[in-house]
Amino acid sequence: MTNSFGEFYKAKMFLVIGSNMAEAHPVASSFLRNAVRNGAELIVVDPRKQRLCDIASMHLQLKVGSDIALLNAIMNVLIAEDLYDKRFVENCTTGFEGLKEKVSTYTPEYASPICGVSPEMIRETARRLATVKPAMLCYTLGITEHTCGVNNVKSTANLQMLLGNMGMECAGVNPLRGQNNVQGACDMGALPNVFPGYQGVALDASRDKFGTAWGALQMSSKVGLMMPQMMEGLPSGKVRAFYIFGENLANSEPDIHKVEHELGSAEFLVCQDIFRTETTRFAHVIFPSAAWSEEDGTFTNSERRVSRVRKVCSPPGQARPSWWIFKQLARRFGVEWQSNSTREIWDNEVSVLGPAYGGIKYSRIENNGLQWPCPTEDHPGTSFLHKDGKFTCGKGVFSPADWTPPAEVPDEEYPLVLSTGRRLYHYHTRTQTGRCRGLNDLLSEETADISGEDAKSLGIESGEMIRLKSRRGEISVRARITHEVPAGMVWMAFHFRESCANWLTNAVFDPVSFTAEYKACAVRMEKL
Amino acid sequence: MAMSAVKLKIDGMEVIAQKGATVLQAAKDAGVRIPTLCFHERMKPIGSCGMCVVEVGGLSEPVASCETAVEEGMSVITRSDKLLKARQDALTALLVNHPLDCPICDKAGECKLQDLVFEHGITHVAMRPPTSKFTAGYSNTFLRAWPERCVLCTRCVSACNEIQGIGALQVVDGAEGRRISYDESKCVSCGECIQVCPVGAILEKKAELRWRPWEVEKVRTTCPYCGVGCQLLLHVKNDRIVKVSGVEDGEPNKGRLCVKGRFGFDFIHSKERLTTPLIRGENGEFREASWDEALDLVANKFKQIIAESGPDALAGVSCARSINEDSYNMQKLFRGVFGTNNIDHCART
Ligand code: SF4
Ligand code: SF4
Ligand code: SF4
Ligand code: FES
Repeated sequence: MTNSFGEFYKAKMFLVIGSNMAEAHPVASSFLRNAVRNGAELIVVDPRKQRLCDIASMHLQLKVGSDIALLNAIMNVLIAEDLYDKRFVENCTTGFEGLKEKVSTYTPEYASPICGVSPEMIRETARRLATVKPAMLCYTLGITEHTCGVNNVKSTANLQMLLGNMGMECAGVNPLRGQNNVQGACDMGALPNVFPGYQGVALDASRDKFGTAWGALQMSSKVGLMMPQMMEGLPSGKVRAFYIFGENLANSEPDIHKVEHELGSAEFLVCQDIFRTETTRFAHVIFPSAAWSEEDGTFTNSERRVSRVRKVCSPPGQARPSWWIFKQLARRFGVEWQSNSTREIWDNEVSVLGPAYGGIKYSRIENNGLQWPCPTEDHPGTSFLHKDGKFTCGKGVFSPADWTPPAEVPDEEYPLVLSTGRRLYHYHTRTQTGRCRGLNDLLSEETADISGEDAKSLGIESGEMIRLKSRRGEISVRARITHEVPAGMVWMAFHFRESCANWLTNAVFDPVSFTAEYKACAVRMEKL
Repeated sequence: MAMSAVKLKIDGMEVIAQKGATVLQAAKDAGVRIPTLCFHERMKPIGSCGMCVVEVGGLSEPVASCETAVEEGMSVITRSDKLLKARQDALTALLVNHPLDCPICDKAGECKLQDLVFEHGITHVAMRPPTSKFTAGYSNTFLRAWPERCVLCTRCVSACNEIQGIGALQVVDGAEGRRISYDESKCVSCGECIQVCPVGAILEKKAELRWRPWEVEKVRTTCPYCGVGCQLLLHVKNDRIVKVSGVEDGEPNKGRLCVKGRFGFDFIHSKERLTTPLIRGENGEFREASWDEALDLVANKFKQIIAESGPDALAGVSCARSINEDSYNMQKLFRGVFGTNNIDHCART
């Protein structure tokens, strides 16, 4: 997020696109509700009538996967009607001419049939956004989980720059990160192209720096594989050993049949987890790890805030903290790592090697955490980025993009769009929430959320078991008829194994980010 | 003196307060404690309990300090016989309906009413027989109302409406007076109402264990679920988390939690936890192993693969749920020890 949750309550305008915040980030949504109660405007862009629509002043119920067409059309109106922020565009950005040319073809009349939002509503949205400023744009996986995910993200940034909604409070582009520490895992360099602190592996200077600090034997300058590529490398033997720490890939990745084939063909699979999962079935060795609350450490939230996590009890049996397990493996390669606690790892390594975390030390985050960038120990942290329109690379760059449809669109055989997401009472594959008293009572099974129209045309009653099929697989699942879902769409989560949406989803990826298209594939629904 | 400041006297002491501040706030900033029951830092003043009364020069009757704004030249008295009497009367009025069942109430020890009754030396209150408004309680999976203990402060209603924006609780007027009504279809089990109830009138139904507030240690930590990163207090008894509450003034959540953060903590105590390294045997079954055996096996296999096919034949994914220090060490292992950048995590799910 460029900005912070603490700004929500005083914001004047929100554009929430592809974010089911009320269920996936409930506390964030409570601050948004407070702002709306205080008079802020809320525009929701979502294919579903999700919970926030009740308090929204406008709901743009776009078709799944048409975000760029809609965003380009809004920008088309802003430029055509001369409503954009000329001062910001001139002083703080580059590439405006390219954007102008690109969006010139996306008139509301042209975009409307693509995105399913009327030209009047597109114009009205543009005019509202130009009137009430600044606006905070929030998005979640509804933007990223498409084959055009990166272009979606760029388009949201284009819009905010065009409106001048950058570099100040209550503005910005704000992706709400899904998992508690997905921000932190990125920051720590659990990515194939960067060291901790986003320092590129291809740069000699960063390799020298980390190589020296780590006493490394050899350091590769070659950008590594992303997770889907790793798994695709298993059957061919390109990847011979695969080490999975904590992820339940056999449920969480698209097209379970494919994923299980890949995991099953691994020559050597190591899993490190707190429970047996569908994924550990394929392991050759399982390491038992300490869980949350069994070790001290830090998490970094969506707003870049590094906060403390504390130990209150010991791990069961022989389970050990993961950092310790990695250290023992390094030792077996003849490398002795100095740090012997999470505090030492953070204070003496992460904070020293990552300039943005230089001022963050355990002693400074006893209570509230600090938001990076926080370069020095007297720096208060940074609640919003790009202050006064200053971007890391000088100016904000417009990156115009064309709309492209999802990889798989409905046809005669598979006439419905399946889109997936999360529900309030569970988390991901339920490895954790499924083992908490009460949460299973609040939500005990998956449903396929369908519209009244589609249910009627097949004679399906609410609560009835139905069959869903895609080109990849089929499941039986209970139908839930709801006004939230428009005709032609099925919506599901992936919290439950048997009825997991990922038996059906399509393993196609954004070519840059390798994010899978969880939000769109084609399915057929059958009465049982 | 800035235009926005106001000068007043509290118990004879000169105090400078922000214009628009309440007398209660000004007193607190000046280090003067005024007893309160319904007032809560995170909500607009409710003004329902009458505990925070003060005398203001020129006014014949005491006023509620939580709702009264400071004024230039104001003279405020926070302690007097008259005020003590008013506060005792306010408490006695509540106790007419509130059973003193502290020995069996989970809230005992951190109950505002209990503390105020003790402080004001109230004993021997003749109770009225309970009316039906105090007998029909609501409950759901995680919470249970004890309506006979309700002092109708309406904090819970403000919490549900004003803080969480959900609107499952309302004050309704009935034949037998006001009561709190609950709409289960709207409730999202966030537990905010439990956290703000000053008495034991809404309690959580979660842990099998029973405990007393003074037996638990409270440890601050960060929620293990979504990317908001709410600050939690773990209430720990005998190495087990028995309850979770929000850190009242913590960033970013300012005391708020959702159902997962408040009630999703007990997975760590599950009997299904992995407790020992496991190695798959010839027969395909897992068998228990020592750390040395399992680590040696993995290290040797990795060495063999690196020798035969180079380090890029290894790949790993880190965990977006676990702490930074774990991810840091894992990528350090892959890059600095194995020599490959094949390290990723599920950043994209
Ligand atoms: S649990 Fe939350 S939603 Fe339910 S009544 Fe209490 S405050 Fe309202
Ligand atoms: S339930 Fe608790 S918070 Fe709600 S009105 Fe009664 S005493 Fe106050
Ligand atoms: S309490 Fe809820 S909103 Fe807060 S971090 Fe946890 S899961 Fe997210
Ligand atoms: S605290 Fe002021 S009336 Fe209750």
